[in-house]
Amino acid sequence: MQPFTTLSGPAMPMIEDDINTDQIAPLQLSKGLSPDWGALLFKRQRMNADGSDNDHVLNKPQYQNPAILVANENFGCGSSRESAVWCLTGVGIRCVIARSIADIFRENCLLNGLLPIELSGTDMDRLQALVTQIDGGQPFTVDLPAQSVHAPNGETFAFEISASDKTRLLEGLDEVGLTMKHEGEIVAFEEKMRASMPWTQEARDRRR
Amino acid sequence: MSDRGRTLFDKIWEQHLVGQRTDGRELIYIDRHVLHDLHAPHAFGKLAQAGRKVRRPDLTFSMQDHSVSVQPGRTDDTYAEGAAFVRAMREGSAKNGVRVFDLGDPDQGISHVVAPELGLVLPGATHAVPDSHACTVGGLGALAFGCGTTELEHILATQVITLFRPKRLRVNLLGSLGADVAGKDVALAIIAKLGVAGGRGFAIEFAGPVARALPIEGRLTLCNLTIEMGSRSGFVAPDDATFNWIKGRPFAPDGAQWDQALAYWRTLFTDADAVYDKEIDVDCSGLAPQITWGTEPSQVIGIDGRVPDPSLLDADKRAPVERAISYMGLEPGAAIEGLPVGRVFIGSCTNSRLPDLEIAAAIVKGRKVAPGVTAWAVPGSSQVKRDAEARGLDRIFKEAGFLWGESGCSMCAGTNGDMGADGERVLSTTNRNFENRQGRGVRTHLVGPALAAAAAVTGRITDVRKL
Repeated sequence: MQPFTTLSGPAMPMIEDDINTDQIAPLQLSKGLSPDWGALLFKRQRMNADGSDNDHVLNKPQYQNPAILVANENFGCGSSRESAVWCLTGVGIRCVIARSIADIFRENCLLNGLLPIELSGTDMDRLQALVTQIDGGQPFTVDLPAQSVHAPNGETFAFEISASDKTRLLEGLDEVGLTMKHEGEIVAFEEKMRASMPWTQEARDRRR
Repeated sequence: MSDRGRTLFDKIWEQHLVGQRTDGRELIYIDRHVLHDLHAPHAFGKLAQAGRKVRRPDLTFSMQDHSVSVQPGRTDDTYAEGAAFVRAMREGSAKNGVRVFDLGDPDQGISHVVAPELGLVLPGATHAVPDSHACTVGGLGALAFGCGTTELEHILATQVITLFRPKRLRVNLLGSLGADVAGKDVALAIIAKLGVAGGRGFAIEFAGPVARALPIEGRLTLCNLTIEMGSRSGFVAPDDATFNWIKGRPFAPDGAQWDQALAYWRTLFTDADAVYDKEIDVDCSGLAPQITWGTEPSQVIGIDGRVPDPSLLDADKRAPVERAISYMGLEPGAAIEGLPVGRVFIGSCTNSRLPDLEIAAAIVKGRKVAPGVTAWAVPGSSQVKRDAEARGLDRIFKEAGFLWGESGCSMCAGTNGDMGADGERVLSTTNRNFENRQGRGVRTHLVGPALAAAAAVTGRITDVRKL
């Protein structure tokens, strides 16, 4: 996984609640197992019925290489599809800032080097206002080691993230490798269950 | 651990706790892992790339549900765009020694319908599916986690999922249900109260007399909509109804193992002195059949209700309501009943089990699908389809003018190409009424099978209690 330290670039405003993963990754419009994920991002919303571009924020010239997406409440709700994250990273968005972020989507972010930031209250009011006002004209910077977001006018917003999620992003650790350090415990668990609750350790088709 | 009693969630969690990683995440063992064709091919690919194997192919099962056509006589290629997924699923499963419930298999169907039906999911067991509706199987008292593709790959390689422990929320379902009201209506009423993010960060236990009185299929429907409350996991504590429902299913324990399992399952309840992080009560007495009017599942009213009038709302609440009313083509303040309907879909992991089809068929029987309406009934599994046909339900649907489909997810998410037309009003027994979910411009109203069937035969949104 690509480690995350700092990120600078346009911050794109989509100040709405409940932006769901069907909107982010409209899979009905994708073809095949390995589509161009970036091209799929918000595809349904950013084209007219005839397929031409509409006035969606992603179609604006200043957001052709966005880095940060700023939303409101409950970003990433709905389907568990990880392709929602792949669509975002596909256009270069590696940080989402929202008042709240849906559970499964947040996990998917962490596993793909996309930094999910939750900001609330007047801090978020101010950041959203700045992002809307600057409208991609100047870059915002996200500094994960310092846990801060820097606006181009010098204003700074501190954010919280758990130590473990921070390390995970900073080091881009191999998740399976981390877990397999516990392989002995997994084997011991399976042996214990085989002895005490054997039905949990075998899924046998009794018709066969 | 304190000496205070434990919630059922904590009992199941602690029973499956393998260890704690240095980053603080807990390793939770997954008893049964069920995959589907839309996401598993990518995980099989990544696993091969990393040179890793499926650790427990014997506890892992593959379903073909998302990309498959539901047209009678279907093959891999009936929905051409899905064929690559179906084949990759078949090949990836074979290569990794995972049993696949393929097209034509008598047990093929929607994973969240098939896994309980086969007894793959059991009370107190942990369950993972790369699908947010994994929570469905909480209806049997299992603890399920919907997950993404990388998590799926992680579980394939390790048989554990790494999580921080969620908080606990209990939803007390009080009162009793009237006629023509079922699990779907209860779930929608909860979402209306809790909101689409109210369950975020929580595991939800559905309790109270209404949860107890729901048949198992109704509990599966109720738990299916847990993710629409913002929560990853929801469940109903198992009871005798659960145990009777599971007994004799193909993968359920039998003989001495059954007795041993049953003795354990009887300990699966929340202790009287256990404390939840949050509790809410929902009184279900007098609940009308529910219908969504808007574009997210908390925008719900009774079938006898009216579309909200944004001008009566606080200024900061108006915009999303106005947008939803506009997208849905509604009049502010107007009755929902009577609106003309273009399409009816009865199916999906939410409402495609035998009792759902029986409810719908009882309404459809002796009637015809209204002119201009396209109506589909798509059983949730091949087994449900056979059971329904043995009862003659297929004839009732077909004689009325319904399509009687093969089993699959179909137009719930439209990932098999099944979609409505732009601007079409659809009554759907599915779980998401998002803009464009069922096709560009499609206006989806979520309902239970009774309201869906009533609309199919009248051509309008209809209070089934008056039919």
